[in-house]
Amino acid sequence: MKIEEIGKFCSAEVLCGEEYLDGEVYSACCSDMMSDVLAFVKDQGVLITGLVNTQVIRTAAMMDMVCIVFVRNKIPTEEMIALAEECGIVVMRSALRAYEACGILYSRGLIGNKGDSVCTNP
Amino acid sequence: MHEPVTFHFDVDGENFSSAGEASVIIKKKLRQLGFSPDIIRRVSIAMYEGEINMVIHANGGAADVTVMDEYIEIVLSDKGPGIPDVELAMREGFSTARENIRALGFGAGMGLPNMKKYTDYMKIDTEVGVGTKITMRVNTTG
Repeated sequence: MKIEEIGKFCSAEVLCGEEYLDGEVYSACCSDMMSDVLAFVKDQGVLITGLVNTQVIRTAAMMDMVCIVFVRNKIPTEEMIALAEECGIVVMRSALRAYEACGILYSRGLIGNKGDSVCTNP
Repeated sequence: MHEPVTFHFDVDGENFSSAGEASVIIKKKLRQLGFSPDIIRRVSIAMYEGEINMVIHANGGAADVTVMDEYIEIVLSDKGPGIPDVELAMREGFSTARENIRALGFGAGMGLPNMKKYTDYMKIDTEVGVGTKITMRVNTTG
């Protein structure tokens, strides 16, 4: 799925990283617990979260993720946007709830774990 | 045999928002040095978890990264409360982090297990009331 399509399907507003909207992503994860993202994510390019603090951006950067979708209309701070720009990450916000955003993206083909249905260790 | 490349960071314990800054810098430096994405990711995640731990539990500390020929070493040292039971702290899901830390997205009890998982070597030296020093290595050769 193109990153641009994530924005379209989630009726999301793109807050930064417009230049990367053409990029392709193949899987996503959803969590408000950054500890779990750091422990379980592997090659998922998109993070869907309702948590808003700078550690969300850093966690995504550490995991080489390319797009963050803030759900439930959460608004990231300017500091977060600046950090995301520096890290080359697309940031969007959507009014959808996490469950809805995940359901829509999954049904459109953005799966959770590249063919695996369980969490795998790195 | 190359000269080891070293990086030193002071990790500010007062500001949760800045936790992880050193790891972001290391990630960039390792990229410039031409390491593979897998090695860069493992080093930066392990260091990031360690930085977060130092801010949550130990009011900050120091992070030293040394790039050697065969491995990258990360040494995290703090003058925090120490870890009374290392075996318990290493258990997935065990955490002593307060509720306010969980609200920030951390304290799931995955930090130390994760640091071990992403590195090839990890040693914890800790003394209650004195501090903790964690040494981790990620091999860079086959």
